[in-house]
Amino acid sequence: MEELSNLAGGFAVAATLPNLGFMLIGITLGVLIGVLPGLGGANGIAILLPLTFSMNPVSAIIMLSCIYWGALFGGAITSILFNIPGEPWSVATTFDGHPMAQQGKAAEALTAAFTSSFVGALFAVLLITFLAPLLAKFALKFGPAEFFAVQFLTFASFIGMSKEPAAKTIAAMMLGFALAAVGMDTVTGTLRMTYGQPELLKGFDFLIAVIGLFGIGEILLTMEEGLAFKGKSAKITFGVVLKTWKAMFQHWKVFLRSTLIGCWMGITPGGATPASFMSYGMARRMSKTPENFGKGDITGVIAPETAAHAAGTSALLPMLTLGIPGSPTAAVLLGGLLIWGLQPGPMLFIEQKDFVWGLIASMYLGNIVGLIVVLTTVPWWAAILRIPFSVIAPVIIVICAIGAYTVHSSMLDVVMMLVFGVVGYFFKKLKYPLAPLVLALVLGDMAEASFRQSMLLSQGELSIFWSNPLVGTIFGLAVLLLLWPLWGAAKKIARKQEAKAA
Amino acid sequence: MSGDRGSAGVSGDAVGARWPELIVALALMVLGTMVIADSLRVGIGWADDGPRSGYFPFYIGLALLGSSGWVFVKQLLRFKRDHAVFAEREQAKLVLAMLWPVTVYVAAIFLVGIYLASAALIGYFMLRYGKYKALPTAAVSFGVPLLFFLVFERWFLVQLPKGPIERWLGF
Repeated sequence: MEELSNLAGGFAVAATLPNLGFMLIGITLGVLIGVLPGLGGANGIAILLPLTFSMNPVSAIIMLSCIYWGALFGGAITSILFNIPGEPWSVATTFDGHPMAQQGKAAEALTAAFTSSFVGALFAVLLITFLAPLLAKFALKFGPAEFFAVQFLTFASFIGMSKEPAAKTIAAMMLGFALAAVGMDTVTGTLRMTYGQPELLKGFDFLIAVIGLFGIGEILLTMEEGLAFKGKSAKITFGVVLKTWKAMFQHWKVFLRSTLIGCWMGITPGGATPASFMSYGMARRMSKTPENFGKGDITGVIAPETAAHAAGTSALLPMLTLGIPGSPTAAVLLGGLLIWGLQPGPMLFIEQKDFVWGLIASMYLGNIVGLIVVLTTVPWWAAILRIPFSVIAPVIIVICAIGAYTVHSSMLDVVMMLVFGVVGYFFKKLKYPLAPLVLALVLGDMAEASFRQSMLLSQGELSIFWSNPLVGTIFGLAVLLLLWPLWGAAKKIARKQEAKAA
Repeated sequence: MSGDRGSAGVSGDAVGARWPELIVALALMVLGTMVIADSLRVGIGWADDGPRSGYFPFYIGLALLGSSGWVFVKQLLRFKRDHAVFAEREQAKLVLAMLWPVTVYVAAIFLVGIYLASAALIGYFMLRYGKYKALPTAAVSFGVPLLFFLVFERWFLVQLPKGPIERWLGF
């Protein structure tokens, strides 16, 4: 059990007093970010990233990942009390969570949501603890062709599993790749697509894109609703917590199923949002009383929250072991690692043992701290939402602007943030998915490098991608996923033909 | 949860989605073309030391042009029949009411620095949309930037853009 001794070492790194303090700060900031519309896990971390450059990497990543856990917890509060999903992954939680609050069972709903989040995350962390070292060892055998195949698989699975039209998914993704290619080519030193603008030399920073797309874009979307917060207040007592926990034990099957869905969707980059919807749908289909769903069924809270948190957490598994993030937020964390000079991937587990296991240990601790924090502080967060949107909205914009500026101390970035904000608004309205855009922007350089290295090895022969069983399998799987939408389209056409014939 | 009719999609007073669809697809096509053109400029073939700089982006540009072209053509084909709603007119107005002050805000940061611009932005929203009295508006709109000033410049030692007023005050 090498993992256990490593984990114990990790706890020794993570459980120091300053680090526990950073966890507390991170969780609190995270819940705040999760509660406020327009600030989410991805752009919240992007905004705070520059502040951590002076910290040591272990403390910094602990704080940042705790912001992420906090945001995952926080999204549930607004969904249940105000019927406003603070985060996209808590939309499904509103379906049954808000009706429960209207029936005066807000405390039960919140306890169920927080506990489910905790359970989902815990299982995902267990998965990371035992699977990550194995995956990392396995990935050590990878050459550039294998890495490109895995990256290709990541992007292919977006196209194959996306709910948005395939053409729009590809367009958004390619825009990300194109933006990533702008600037100096790191291999040959040639300037690409700068069109004579010296400001473009550095290329587009994905942090700016994230703050604009998710922050400003989301504020514009929220503005559409003409927001008026009308919410239920809630106070959680210890008695209610115990009672709800007891009641939740009956639903262990829901937990198990939702965790599996969540972990799967997190590792293959489906992300927390589709995971929560899928899990909610499954819970309703499997339920003996599906007619209760939407009217305040507690399993309708458990299922999406468990899956969202499991997905959000397990998205870090491919990020740490392969350097491929499973969600936009994981992508921002990956960007942070790169800035601190840590190259995510299999070597991280050998060269930066303290860091990796400290992070994994902090996932356990952070989620425990998070559960305690949210259970005890719900009334305050609910009070924050009583601050009218006319005050909150400009403050969030100011925070986004400061966040964009501090990345490179450049005003051009603030302008770009605004541009990305408008792009984000239009993309959201027209159903272009944002996650592949951000992931392509982050992974673009890496994918290009591994592709060019593979091409160098094979002297330009694409056949290197099926030259051995390992790379062939990954690549074959990717192509299969890529062609998945065509299969659906073919079925549709066939059905039409049949209908015509009949 | 109201069962009665008439919440969404009934009013004819809406901004259609077909023009935004076309324009966004067209913009992406232009970008795709720019990527392809510049890749051709730096070379998409092989040099002595391996693939040239345009080797990878060239295909990215092709895929971008192809996918957005597909969206564009599909949209054109069903242009007459497409009545999808982009946003209700009221919603569009609200979004614009948010967008132009933010644009002015970003421009103002260049002139007077981030602190005064932020105070003005918060003040504008509170007076215009929150209907607050002058005193609470002044308190919040100056208090928040002051807090950011303390957190960033004092605590984290991060310099934010400043204008003539701050310079006059000696920062």
